[in-house]
Amino acid sequence: MTTIIYVPRDSAALSLGANEVADAVVREAAARNLDVQLVRNGSRGMLWLETLLEVVTDLGRIAYGPVEAKDVAGLFDAGLATGGDHALRLGKTEELPWLKKQTRLTFARVGVTDPISTEEYTEHDGCQGLKKALAMEPKEIVEAVVASGLRGRGGAGFPAGIKWRTVLGTSADQKYVACNADEGDSGTFSDRMIMEGDPYVLLEGMAIAGLAVGATEGYIYLRSEYPDARLVLTTAIERARSAGWLGSNLLGSGKAFDVHIRMGAGSYVCGEETAMLESLEGKRGIVRAKPPLPALEGLWGKPTLVNNVMTLAAVPFIVDKGGEAYAAHGTGRSLGTLPYQLAGNIKQGGLVEVPLGTTIRELLYDFGGGSASGRPIRAIQVGGPLGAYLPESKFDTPADYESLTAVGGLLGHGGIVVFDDTVDMAKMARYAFEFCAIESCGKCTPCRIGSIRGVEVVDRLVAGKNRLADEALLRDLCDTLTSASLCAMGGLTPLPVLSALDHFPGDFEKA
Amino acid sequence: MMHAIQEELGFVPHEAMQRIADALNWSRADVHGVLTYYHDFRTAPPGCHVLKLCRAESCQAMGSEQLEAHVANKHGAAMGETSADGELTVEPIYCLGNCALSPAVQLDGKVHGRVSSQRLDALLLQAKEQKTNGTGS
Repeated sequence: MTTIIYVPRDSAALSLGANEVADAVVREAAARNLDVQLVRNGSRGMLWLETLLEVVTDLGRIAYGPVEAKDVAGLFDAGLATGGDHALRLGKTEELPWLKKQTRLTFARVGVTDPISTEEYTEHDGCQGLKKALAMEPKEIVEAVVASGLRGRGGAGFPAGIKWRTVLGTSADQKYVACNADEGDSGTFSDRMIMEGDPYVLLEGMAIAGLAVGATEGYIYLRSEYPDARLVLTTAIERARSAGWLGSNLLGSGKAFDVHIRMGAGSYVCGEETAMLESLEGKRGIVRAKPPLPALEGLWGKPTLVNNVMTLAAVPFIVDKGGEAYAAHGTGRSLGTLPYQLAGNIKQGGLVEVPLGTTIRELLYDFGGGSASGRPIRAIQVGGPLGAYLPESKFDTPADYESLTAVGGLLGHGGIVVFDDTVDMAKMARYAFEFCAIESCGKCTPCRIGSIRGVEVVDRLVAGKNRLADEALLRDLCDTLTSASLCAMGGLTPLPVLSALDHFPGDFEKA
Repeated sequence: MMHAIQEELGFVPHEAMQRIADALNWSRADVHGVLTYYHDFRTAPPGCHVLKLCRAESCQAMGSEQLEAHVANKHGAAMGETSADGELTVEPIYCLGNCALSPAVQLDGKVHGRVSSQRLDALLLQAKEQKTNGTGS
């Protein structure tokens, strides 16, 4: 009998030696004359347990972790093939509390299937959304997305359906779908995990988007820091074309949609949608002034639907099960689920897909298990380098769009970076300006010059020679950046700076 | 096109700029503009090994600055520089998407998570040995 063993090929797992574990599985199975089929799946999102090895038994899938290559022989000795007992045995994967407490809509297949197998994708409800979309009028698809309440998951949170409506309403000889896969925020990796763990769901989402707005070509703008995602996507696109999920004749319908990958080159601001379009056109990734909106004049001047990976990957579920099924989750105007990412100084870091509105405290402690260092969590940054730093007193805030805005923060792409009590918040404020100076595209003055002046003012403030005047100057400078920058890079850099100053003033008064 | 040249040579030489410009019907200044805008592109060859250290918040929360200091002290390459023996180039990178396993580094294109100073020493040693044996990249 063939034993099926899963070893992830997600790049987080690879960073801890998953390839070496996979090699050891093959080697040990051969040495024991065991018939083993090795499947390289995506990651279940329990990244602190990587490499998480799973074996299919009569009981279901049994998980072992964290496994290193040197453990593999011992696992086989302990009867791995039948789910034998071992110090690293975690139990049935689906019964693990971390997974059981989640609502996995977008990430339903990630970690479960072989990411590049078209057969497994179909067996696990793949392509159902595309099939339905092909039988629908474009307007119906758009209205399903409107009904779902889905909002832009890249960070801005703009209602996706409204944007789709705008692109559908344009008339042009060519329209495009541009997928923003320039996931540059520190503390975020959900785009990467879906591209590596279930690439077809993104391609299906893009194809549905193309049908909905009348676009026949799609581009994925992928950051160069993700070479593994590039490999998986490249293979997936080729196979999807062979399967008729992309190309000139989608599932035999006669309708066309195809996808191409374009690589970034290490620029954070290219995650801003207009800078991304410039970069897609092969130019310097400089922000464009809006209007015109990309929905009207985007890539090469044509109407372009720009959506984040997570937004597009949520679409197949919505079209398959209906907008209302998605909107049944979440709270207020923050509907559906969000794959939150727990990062930094966190004991159990990884990806958690739960309904919007889950509190920060639940995420940090129930899922995250507190800090990695064992010291108290002093601050978190939600929403990437442009998100606010929040102190412990704000941890009961529901992590949704409105609640976070109400406490002076933002949800962004759903990443939470944790810092323990050794963090120097004045240093983090300085870094926010430093990062802005490095990554500014240079088009607008507040961001280009203000960021450099910001580093200097923070240095002077911390030196403490003229504290009151320097603080007033810093706040004034932040006001200029907030109101006069062209895009979120300069416009939101004050958020981490001022939240650090407001919540942790003592860190600025050490001199 | 610049991606392809850098993948092949490890950098985009100055001499290539005019030819890229001609092929794209751009000015040389346009090519220079793109080449110098993006952090990834180099106009000079790097050391034998390229280490990209993540400097973003998540890795800072787990000690990436100590790692940076360690590399500068022990391996003779400060951030953005190449060691005197031409062995190692250290470059900053802003997020490898491996933030649950911080600090993260990328050595010769391969990502490593939860990297301590000791682990980094071992990785660098391994990379150098592979090179000597002719099996590395």
